Amino acid sequence: MAAPLLRVTDLKTQFFTSRGVVHAVDGVSFEIGKGETVAIVGESGSGKTITALSILRLVPDPGRIVSGSIMFKDRDVVTMDHDEVREFRGNDVAMIFQDPMTSLNPVTRVGTQIEEAMSAHERFSKKESHDRVVPLLTKVRIPEAKKRISDYPHQFSGGMRQRAMIAMGLSNEPEMLIADEPTTALDVTVQAQIIQLLKTLNRDVGAAIVLITHNMALVASLAQRVIVMYAGRIVEQGPVEQIFDSPQHPYTWSLLQSVPRVDQARSERLVSITGLPPDLVRMPPGCKFNPRCRFKIERCQREEPPLGEVAPNQLARCWVLMRNVTDDEKKDAKRAEVSSQAVAHIKEQTGTA
Amino acid sequence: MAVAATNTLEQVDWENPEQIGLWQDAWQRFRRNPIAVIGLIIVAIITLSAIFARIVFAFHLPFLPDYLAQDPANADLGFFSKGHILGSDYLGRDMLSRLLYGAGISLTIGVLTQVIYLVIGAAIGLTSGYLGGRADNLLMRFVDVWYAFPDLLFLLVVVSVFGASLFTIFFAIGLIYWVDLARLIRGQVLSIKEKEYVEGARAAGSSPMKIILRHLVPNSLGPVIVALTFGIPRAIFLEATLSFLGAGIVPPTPSWGVMIHDGYESIFAHPVEVLLPAVAIAITMLSFSFIGDGLRDSLDPRMRR
Amino acid sequence: MAVAKGAPARGALLSIRLPRTRGATLAFYVVRRIFWMIPVLLFVITITFVLMHLAPGSPWDRGGGRQLSPAVVANLNNKYGLDKPIWQQFLIYVWNVAHFDFGLSYQYINQTVTSVLLESWGATFTVGVLAFILIVPAGIGLGVIAALRQNTWVDFLCVGFSTFGAAVPNFVIGILLIIIFSVELYQVTGGNVFLPPGGFGFDDHLILPVITLAVLPIAYIARLARSSTLDVLRQDYVRTAWAKGLRERLVVMRHVLKNSLIPVVTALGPTFAFLITGSVIVETVFAIPGIGRSFVVAVSSRDYPMILATTILYSVLIAVANLIVDLLYTVIDPRVRLS
Repeated sequence: MAAPLLRVTDLKTQFFTSRGVVHAVDGVSFEIGKGETVAIVGESGSGKTITALSILRLVPDPGRIVSGSIMFKDRDVVTMDHDEVREFRGNDVAMIFQDPMTSLNPVTRVGTQIEEAMSAHERFSKKESHDRVVPLLTKVRIPEAKKRISDYPHQFSGGMRQRAMIAMGLSNEPEMLIADEPTTALDVTVQAQIIQLLKTLNRDVGAAIVLITHNMALVASLAQRVIVMYAGRIVEQGPVEQIFDSPQHPYTWSLLQSVPRVDQARSERLVSITGLPPDLVRMPPGCKFNPRCRFKIERCQREEPPLGEVAPNQLARCWVLMRNVTDDEKKDAKRAEVSSQAVAHIKEQTGTA
Repeated sequence: MAVAATNTLEQVDWENPEQIGLWQDAWQRFRRNPIAVIGLIIVAIITLSAIFARIVFAFHLPFLPDYLAQDPANADLGFFSKGHILGSDYLGRDMLSRLLYGAGISLTIGVLTQVIYLVIGAAIGLTSGYLGGRADNLLMRFVDVWYAFPDLLFLLVVVSVFGASLFTIFFAIGLIYWVDLARLIRGQVLSIKEKEYVEGARAAGSSPMKIILRHLVPNSLGPVIVALTFGIPRAIFLEATLSFLGAGIVPPTPSWGVMIHDGYESIFAHPVEVLLPAVAIAITMLSFSFIGDGLRDSLDPRMRR
Repeated sequence: MAVAKGAPARGALLSIRLPRTRGATLAFYVVRRIFWMIPVLLFVITITFVLMHLAPGSPWDRGGGRQLSPAVVANLNNKYGLDKPIWQQFLIYVWNVAHFDFGLSYQYINQTVTSVLLESWGATFTVGVLAFILIVPAGIGLGVIAALRQNTWVDFLCVGFSTFGAAVPNFVIGILLIIIFSVELYQVTGGNVFLPPGGFGFDDHLILPVITLAVLPIAYIARLARSSTLDVLRQDYVRTAWAKGLRERLVVMRHVLKNSLIPVVTALGPTFAFLITGSVIVETVFAIPGIGRSFVVAVSSRDYPMILATTILYSVLIAVANLIVDLLYTVIDPRVRLS
């Protein structure tokens, strides 16, 4: 296999708060190849966003990358000095964020914000940067781009803002684009357009895309590989078709249960996972998912499972593995999820929660 | 051994983290803020000393020299001389007694003006928010206009017109800053009005005013307390300024402002006589500000755990 | 009903063909605001006027047994129009004010209030302007730098200064400064080096009063600038700026400051108002012959025309300053400007 574009090895990023040390990213390792589209999924608090921020060394206070390495081609991002990182950001790897309304400077013109992304680096001169803005906006399908560059973000619609952000991200032709929940803040019709745009760009521009999301449907439509994170660790990873077909980790399985599927019988209810994400300061012993897991055995509460190969190219961190769970148990689990949801619902209504 | 450990850990319910009440949380946070606590302690000390002094003066107890007793032969003494712990002023009066008496005045003015603010501000804010529409608009315009009046000027004019009794000063100071409270309460009333449960309860037949009042108090108690706490040093400042300019409390009653006014003339010869009341004012105002900051931080819902 | 752009609406009272340009909207806003200033001023005048005339005693009371004879009093009343009914006096006064005639001063015989004001405004203006020039960069600079270097000694200095500056009354500060720089410095250097404790001149007479006047506004603005900047630093668009690989200077100037200074601009209005009321105190402490001090004197000698005129003047200044600040705000924030 060709050398990976990005290789993250045992990354640990922690937050030093007054309540204790938050292990946001706790020993994460993965690779991204050239031009690949990889999705990182998990609920909030799983560490996916912090992982992405770590790649760009953008971890906010009081957080810090504590150990591990992030090799981009032949350089370790973790040990880069200040100027190298600055050159690296937005240039080799670019990132676009979730809410385009708040991610754009409200008092600066959109054209200026895109131009500065280029002129900040060595590659394009000021004039070249200026000239590239309109073609970039046109490429992301913003109509009347020439007029639009003197507009302010609040004059753009939500979808247009996200396109502008994508244009900004791709302006330096980075080899990798990290997209953090690119569609969550948009409404449904616009979401589809943005997804389409990302697909086209991935094809045409050839940049690798790291898609961070909790939306499994999005993963299915865009990604080739998926990495599932929980409580700061990777619990499963592998090719998308394989994972969707036979997820091995109970968490992945539950995530997939909550995706509405066209082929699902209408009588089968959607299931969401009960319980709350773990407190990242005081975590339970053993497998971090065990308090919410329906299939756990005694060992799960004692010992944390390692990430092991469960199928070709597929890794999972579980003692049990879904293939060892009978269909009856699965049905029971779904029913239990449903009924415990019902109980919670009833409690809420009658105020006895 | 391993079993026991597992048992203990299992007792922790990983699925339901604890929730704490707002007031206990606020108090805990306040307690952990060293500056706010210092402010509170200082204010407590000042209050207790002032009360103590008043009792001494009222019953002519021997602990403190009379704050009005002049003794020109022993004027301008330094610290710890002839029974004057903090020295004497240009007329031989005891500085400590005067300071303590002045503390009482400042605190009284500070606190009582807040009552006036609260009454006027709440009345107008509540009315304005409740009525809404044109009445609200009109009242708010009035509020804006009132706000436009420079505060010190207004005070000076009122006091010059009505004489400088304690009551006038109270009233005058109280007439200036109620605007902030009115706006605060009006804002709260408006946001409560917007919530759906008002409509629901109204449909169910209960009077909207009752609903508003029921929700108003717990929601606005926090910001109102903070506003009042910050209002105390402002009132103290105004009284001191007035008295310093000669338009406030009438000498020989020793408010701190009056003491500065008195001592100003001998500022070169005996700066201490001006310094003491000045520092007293500064410390008191600072302490209340610290408390106010601490309260504001600890009541801020965004910073809850 | 479709109406052509710019055409007068049917049934409009005033058929004015209005251009729908941005400039027109802004101009309207200004006109409307100026329009609103009039009732405010009238309110101020009325209240002050009423208060004046509610006061017991007359301006001719000399106290201490040296009363003027009734004939003289009657003459004076006649001369100053005080024998007319109140409402007439009020209307006459308002009319005069509209013509910038503030009447004769009661204390300085035969001198118009206007002339007294003209004599003293220079000192007030000088001290005020200098204070303002000091306040804006010092306040903003202190606040912004404290936010950028949060939790370092600069930050603590700023927060400490803001707290103290805002909590200690300015005359206390003035007095403390006098004690330190005039009294003690004089004694320590044997009379060679010291700052003058009072008076007015274009030299080191200005240092202490300007500083005293500036302390509170600097504290206030620094605190505001700091919290505003801290807020902005947490915003997503600042994170985007870093993610693009921009240099720190560009991030700060274009992304942070451009946003964080907007609320600070709105604080300039109250700052101006404070400079006015503060000048009253500062001029008294430092014996500066300005409008503020003459106001205090007027208050104690019941010089009604003087009091009225100064109050009106101050209110106008504050209203104009607020108007300018509001206009400035609409100009610098494109979200407001373009709606």
